[in-house]
Amino acid sequence: MSDVTRAYRRRAGGGVLTTLTWLLALAFFFPVAWMAATAFKQESQAASDPPTWFFTPTLDQFRAVLEGGSMVYVGNSVIATGVSTVLVLLLGIPAAYALSIRPVEKVSDVLFFFISTKMLPVVAVIVPIYVVAGQLRVLDNIWTLVVLYTAMNLPIAVWMMRSFFLEVPGEVLEAASVDGAGLMRTLRSVLIPMVAPGIAATALICVIFAWNEFFFALNLTASQAATVPVLIVSTMTSEGLFLARLSAAALLASLPVIIAGWVAQKQLVRGLSMGAIK
Amino acid sequence: MSTSTIGRLEGSRRAARKAASERATSRAEGWRRRAPLLPALIFTVIVTQLPFLVTIWYSLRSQNLLRPGEDLFVGLSNYLDIAQDSTFRQTALNSVVITLGCVLVAMVLGIVLALLLDRPFFGRSVARTMLITPFLVMPVATSVLWSIALLNPTYGLFNWTLGLFGIEAIDWTSTYPIVAILMALVWQWTPFMMLLVLAGLQAQPKDVLEAAAVDGAGPWRVWTSITLPHLRRYIELGVLLGVIYVVNTFDQIYLMTAGGPGTASANLPFYIYQRAFLGFDIGQAAAMGVVVVIATIIVASAALRLIFRSFEVKE
Repeated sequence: MSDVTRAYRRRAGGGVLTTLTWLLALAFFFPVAWMAATAFKQESQAASDPPTWFFTPTLDQFRAVLEGGSMVYVGNSVIATGVSTVLVLLLGIPAAYALSIRPVEKVSDVLFFFISTKMLPVVAVIVPIYVVAGQLRVLDNIWTLVVLYTAMNLPIAVWMMRSFFLEVPGEVLEAASVDGAGLMRTLRSVLIPMVAPGIAATALICVIFAWNEFFFALNLTASQAATVPVLIVSTMTSEGLFLARLSAAALLASLPVIIAGWVAQKQLVRGLSMGAIK
Repeated sequence: MSTSTIGRLEGSRRAARKAASERATSRAEGWRRRAPLLPALIFTVIVTQLPFLVTIWYSLRSQNLLRPGEDLFVGLSNYLDIAQDSTFRQTALNSVVITLGCVLVAMVLGIVLALLLDRPFFGRSVARTMLITPFLVMPVATSVLWSIALLNPTYGLFNWTLGLFGIEAIDWTSTYPIVAILMALVWQWTPFMMLLVLAGLQAQPKDVLEAAAVDGAGPWRVWTSITLPHLRRYIELGVLLGVIYVVNTFDQIYLMTAGGPGTASANLPFYIYQRAFLGFDIGQAAAMGVVVVIATIIVASAALRLIFRSFEVKE
């Protein structure tokens, strides 16, 4: 086989693989595109057999979703996601420091403990949390969700940030301590700036999981503290199947995380692999 | 007493004082090291461990929120009920099928997609962006999308597509509920696996691959002897995290099938939820929670040992 034919074959093979990749990408993306399209339809076009492929887009569904007092839910979701993520970082950064830079004894025991709390099925603790929250009168209170979301994301965040901290060269920290910088100072002016991308990755993962969380929100909130996922479900059950409006609500609810994930793809990958990439 | 003895005594006393002060410094140093860890540790213990202790307490009692007066210590009878509960066994099996099915299929698809994406081609970043999107969509929205827009028997897009090939309409969520749930879960988790494996592929040392090529190793040889071993810990991490999250799947089951028909597609989280929040049977639900935790700990410690080995956590 001459070099020319080999190169030609490789290009042809590459073409097949590229086509295959694009087909798979379109297949995986299609449901989201269909949801987005449905959100711009009238109800009669949304649930039609055969499916409506061509239509004049309308903003009616988005208007209906936004008019229905949904801002309360959005506000709750923003508080639960934002505050819990900040708390995770405030608690997690010093902990990751203590498990990496100047490690305490029994590091692997502590790490094991943190990750083991993720193994604890959420359902196993929902009953007492519900009963105790009822006795403390903090059911349907957004701060209850803040505390639970912080606990939900903290273990994974500690693991991630620890692996980012381990990548900081020891000499830099020695230099800081020779210059007489204390813990807070070292954290603030040396360490945190160096691991900022890792912290951003961790925060992004925490935001995704908190924003999308449904189980706690369903069981521990009612009218006051309900979040966006609860809004979608109540839209679904209270008004029957208005598919177009439901699609608009689902699209709006998913959009913040989708856009954040698209923009920060690199951080997302680093976060997911728990900083295992060198 | 001779002066030399006194001198020796003085010396040993000084040594003891020095040792004590060193111990004090090292203890202080130990606390300085521990202090940054404590807030996170204490918070996690309080929020995650205390409720579990309360779960154990409830599991030994007969308490039904519909009958407020009744709250008795019943010993292990809740556990005996579970042992005889065939629904519990079925939902446990469903949990295993759904978790393993989703994680394994998503991982295989994820590896294939990662390999396809790990080569230069036109519009690669757009294709990757499209492929990661399912992971970012809110699971509640995913459930609505799959159960209504795609799998609905009358106007769902899936049956319409099958109809083009002359296949009759199938009511997916009631005829094949677990398959329907798996479709939605695999769709959602494949991007997660793909991103992890892609990270692994891109972290491969290029010089090793070049050296292998120079030594005349073919693509298959390079894949099995270099790439796959290198990917191993990424794959293990993906499986571990996937299992942690998928075993707790609730949204898709609650919204797509409500565990039905009957309890055919209920997993343990959904069944326990039903007992606690629809049956208000606190004692039973708590006992099931404890059983699930014990089972999870057994599986998880085996899995964690694996992952710890591959991460080589140093003391």
